[in-house]
Amino acid sequence: MALTLLFLGKLEDVAGAGEIALDIADRMSLPAIAERLDPELAVAIAAPDIRIALNGTLVAAGEVLAGDGDELAFLPPVSGG
Amino acid sequence: MRDVRLATDPFDPNEELRRFSHTCGDAGGIVSFTGLVREEAGSEVEALELRHFEPLTLPGMTDLAARAEAHWPLTGTLVLHRVGTMEPGDAIVLVACAARHRRDAFEAADFLMDHLKSRAWFWKREKTACGWRWIEPRDADHSDLARWTAVP
Repeated sequence: MALTLLFLGKLEDVAGAGEIALDIADRMSLPAIAERLDPELAVAIAAPDIRIALNGTLVAAGEVLAGDGDELAFLPPVSGG
Repeated sequence: MRDVRLATDPFDPNEELRRFSHTCGDAGGIVSFTGLVREEAGSEVEALELRHFEPLTLPGMTDLAARAEAHWPLTGTLVLHRVGTMEPGDAIVLVACAARHRRDAFEAADFLMDHLKSRAWFWKREKTACGWRWIEPRDADHSDLARWTAVP
């Protein structure tokens, strides 16, 4: 029973890994997920310029409800090709 | 003809352009741009890495090419972008637009590059003697986009 969290760009350094698996029982909102993370990482992913994709589709932070088998990606501002 | 790709390995821009030019039908001209990892004397950059996000990056590039094709009468569009680790001198991006008339090809290629540089889903970091460092977005990338507000 795991939710996969992906951290792109500089968020990977804050998280200490590009990917974290979170054991969860029920579907969770973003604030509930953030509570399970390191405080520094929780603050970093809550920044207004961080976009969020649930299973590959961009969603608003307030719409996030993620559970077992889902993949939640945190996307900081892009730095250009 | 539309060819939009991500390349995980080094590519040869000349060879890609040669192949593309054979597929463009009755083009009157082809405008291309090749972006390279800067090779400057005294530069401390040893390597550059581009990361992408599979579900968004290529679909976003394809939408961008479609937008260009809807606005300019192009007979061919090529968008090829590297991901992974590159060294100074390596090609990062190749954009080519073929059209009956040169101005359409110039403008479409310019439009594609401005958007790839500021909107496409890529994250870049560079390696120096001090280690890896993520590159922040530049303000100029956003002012470049303002040139294209008339393009739907």
